[in-house]
Amino acid sequence: MTTKRTSRRRLAAVSALAVGTLLTATACGGNDDDNGGGGDAAGFNAGVNKVANASDKKGGTLRYVGVQDADSWDTTRMYYGFAIDFSRYYSRTLVSYTAAPGQKSIDLKPDLAKSKGKLSDGGKTYTYELKDGLKWEDGKPITSQDIKYGIERQWAQNVLSGGPVYAKDVLDPDGKYKGPYEGGDFKGIETPDEKTIVFHLPKPNGDFEQMLAMPTNAPVRKDMDKKSKYGLKPFSSGPYKFQSYTPNKNLTLVRNKNWSAKTDNLRKALPDKVKLTLLTNADERDKRLINGDADLDLNQRGMDSQGRTTAIKEHKANVDNPQTGFISYVAFPQSVKPFDNIHCRKAAIYGTDHKSVQTARGGPMAGGDLATNMLPPTVPGWDKNDDQYGIAKGSADVAKAKEELKKCGKPNGFKTTLAVRNTDKSDEKSAEAIQASLKKVGINVEIDPFDGAQGSSIVGNPDVVKKKGYGMVLYGWGPDFPSGQGYGVPLWNSKYILDNGNNNYALIDDKKIDSQFADAIADEDPKSAAKKYAEINKEVMKGAYYLPLTYMKVVQWRASHLTNVYSADAFNGWYDMVNIGVKK
Amino acid sequence: MLTYLIRRLFAVAVMLVVIILAVFCIFFLIPKWTGTDPATMFVGKQADKEAIEAVRQKLQLDDPILVQLFEFFKGIFVGRDYTGGGTTTHCSAPCFGYSFRTEQEIWPILTDRLPVTLSLAVGAAVLWLIIGLAVGIVSALKRGTIWDRLGMTGALAGVSLPIYFTGLILLAVFAYQLDLVSNKFTPFGDNPGEWFSGMILPWISLAFLFGAMYARITRATMLEVMGEDYIRTARAKGLREPVVIGKHAMRSTMTPVLTLLGIDLGALMGGAILTETTFSIPGLGQAVLKAINEKDLPLILGVTLITATAVVIANLIVDLLYGVIDPRVRLA
Repeated sequence: MTTKRTSRRRLAAVSALAVGTLLTATACGGNDDDNGGGGDAAGFNAGVNKVANASDKKGGTLRYVGVQDADSWDTTRMYYGFAIDFSRYYSRTLVSYTAAPGQKSIDLKPDLAKSKGKLSDGGKTYTYELKDGLKWEDGKPITSQDIKYGIERQWAQNVLSGGPVYAKDVLDPDGKYKGPYEGGDFKGIETPDEKTIVFHLPKPNGDFEQMLAMPTNAPVRKDMDKKSKYGLKPFSSGPYKFQSYTPNKNLTLVRNKNWSAKTDNLRKALPDKVKLTLLTNADERDKRLINGDADLDLNQRGMDSQGRTTAIKEHKANVDNPQTGFISYVAFPQSVKPFDNIHCRKAAIYGTDHKSVQTARGGPMAGGDLATNMLPPTVPGWDKNDDQYGIAKGSADVAKAKEELKKCGKPNGFKTTLAVRNTDKSDEKSAEAIQASLKKVGINVEIDPFDGAQGSSIVGNPDVVKKKGYGMVLYGWGPDFPSGQGYGVPLWNSKYILDNGNNNYALIDDKKIDSQFADAIADEDPKSAAKKYAEINKEVMKGAYYLPLTYMKVVQWRASHLTNVYSADAFNGWYDMVNIGVKK
Repeated sequence: MLTYLIRRLFAVAVMLVVIILAVFCIFFLIPKWTGTDPATMFVGKQADKEAIEAVRQKLQLDDPILVQLFEFFKGIFVGRDYTGGGTTTHCSAPCFGYSFRTEQEIWPILTDRLPVTLSLAVGAAVLWLIIGLAVGIVSALKRGTIWDRLGMTGALAGVSLPIYFTGLILLAVFAYQLDLVSNKFTPFGDNPGEWFSGMILPWISLAFLFGAMYARITRATMLEVMGEDYIRTARAKGLREPVVIGKHAMRSTMTPVLTLLGIDLGALMGGAILTETTFSIPGLGQAVLKAINEKDLPLILGVTLITATAVVIANLIVDLLYGVIDPRVRLA
């Protein structure tokens, strides 16, 4: 007996010691002396609306880490925001964004062109002349024909799918041209000489230059076009070129010696090398950032909860909390009863406890401020005072919700299904918060998580939405380019109700909104256009097609030794990557 | 022996064909029945009809399943072309498919990542065999003592604790807190020392999990074997105890251990998904996880076939080894 008891005691002691050691070690978290990359951090929000560690010093290696590779590094095929941002390392466009923090960044400046476009023919013709000394990575000159060819690739959707096609739709709305591989030369773009390019639009579009700033319109040289494989090693017109790339593993950029800083005042191009490591584990990504093994998150969607807590508690000076251009929302597809009735939609908006949704999304810092309308703060025309449903006060308005329920003929409430992508934790938590608050007014919400990777064929397919009875679709959206057109057309214009890949989930088919869009798009004055987009936003909110949730914010890690870091509205509040440097 | 080998190799080939058929049904036939169009998963955010149609043509989704199957087999032996949207993409033999997601042939992805997973699996297997056998033998021979209890408690912990728990604890303590080993993977060719430093924790994590199972099975088999008549006879002949254990008992004990090893090593070849994710090791497990998230069916298919092949081949090797370690087994 004694022996057995002694054995048990010894066993217990050894176990307790082992567990104790592990718990002590793990509870200690990160090293207090480590502030992610050495040196003093610039301070909390030092890179928001101002430049953290402004510097022109060159050299060093900038190390990105990410958990998601680009959809493609081919400028024609990319659509992910971070890929578009990153592409400026190796591609240039006729015009591009100002190298400045915050809202100043959305002003377009000449990039490959000597000046912004010269408009003629009542806003239907844009003419650009190229700068001198522009070269490809092999030293050959960048010509207007290369730019034209790069733009024409958008038409070859059967080979180069995936990217935004705004310029294609504006230049060739009827889709007559078949692309450079099958259709030869596109007549809507002329290149009278190697330095001049002329665009002929069938009708004016005030955002055409915004579209030209997208990498989809970067030059591609015909003899270097590897078609669908071009994204594995794009040919550089920018300050860096591809040295190596293995999809889902790593990417290294080195200096393009044929790029001349004299021709480019939008890119500082400070580091000698840019390296990217791709992981699958977001916790590990955050640990590497905090531990100083990486400098920046490529994907820019913010740290995960564990890393976020450590970063804010122990390394707040390394944290930026910028406003992004994204908004989370619930759309009410009108094809699913009873949301064909405006009063039922209003009942759901009034019945939601907005504060609890914000908390579910991570609170004001990680989740963002309460969204009072559908236009994000980074898009010109946003008005925070446009709050038709009293969302800013945070709590549900039960009395008004019940009143609207009576008006919609459902005084005792109704049942509906809320579709939410299973790939976004904060979306799933938001769905639960909405479910809990709507139950109090009699609206019983069943949550149906769907595979986020297949969103375009599930919630993006109106037939599937109707068949599954999705009365509510929880999603997020940000502008493709910073204007009401780049944000709102796919969501609110009836022309964009598609059989598959639809984003107008609410199925808004309103002649007034369509004509308001036509008017705003034709407006060549950005300020006056912004006012028109604000009016469209008001109209959308008046129709109660959406329940806005939050204007999304992110908690972003910025290593201490990084220079020239700032978030830019032009990139949806993410960092202007090509201007970031490294203290050696 | 030669006849046995030929027969087994033939069985392996048949097994692989059956596996390919089954995998094909899962990836291509079932979506067809359920009305899902795999082509929509390959076209990115902009769901252009022409783009979807081009992918349909390239994947030959409209062809009968037998034609698709024939093309797949043809690709493995002589390569194949993917034609659609006015362009042709060639995939050289052995063509295990083409990823339209990353615009890469599957075979180079597999051969790039296989050595990483192989080094993870083999390194861990060496460790878990040493730990598992040692603990199992000591537990069996010292049955009922504190050593047996300690060994079996450790084994129970090893079996019970998931890899992402032990892995994260090990990382937190030894990589982040004590900074004794590297927290990231370095290719062997870049720096062998760093490679070893980055692999030691994944090996230990896997060995802790698998070693526990091997300890338990070794103990159980050893206890059974030690009661056999031939052990008593060996002892009666006056053989020393180490000879009785090492030469006579161990041979029989190794048979189930080898069987388990064959299955485990083969399965790990398909990618130790949790280990590779926890430690960010760019092996097959990480590739298949990405592929699942991105619905990259050709890559999932390729990794599935690699796993199946590895399991079948590892079992063949194990079967051949039976004859070496246990003279009672005759291969014919």
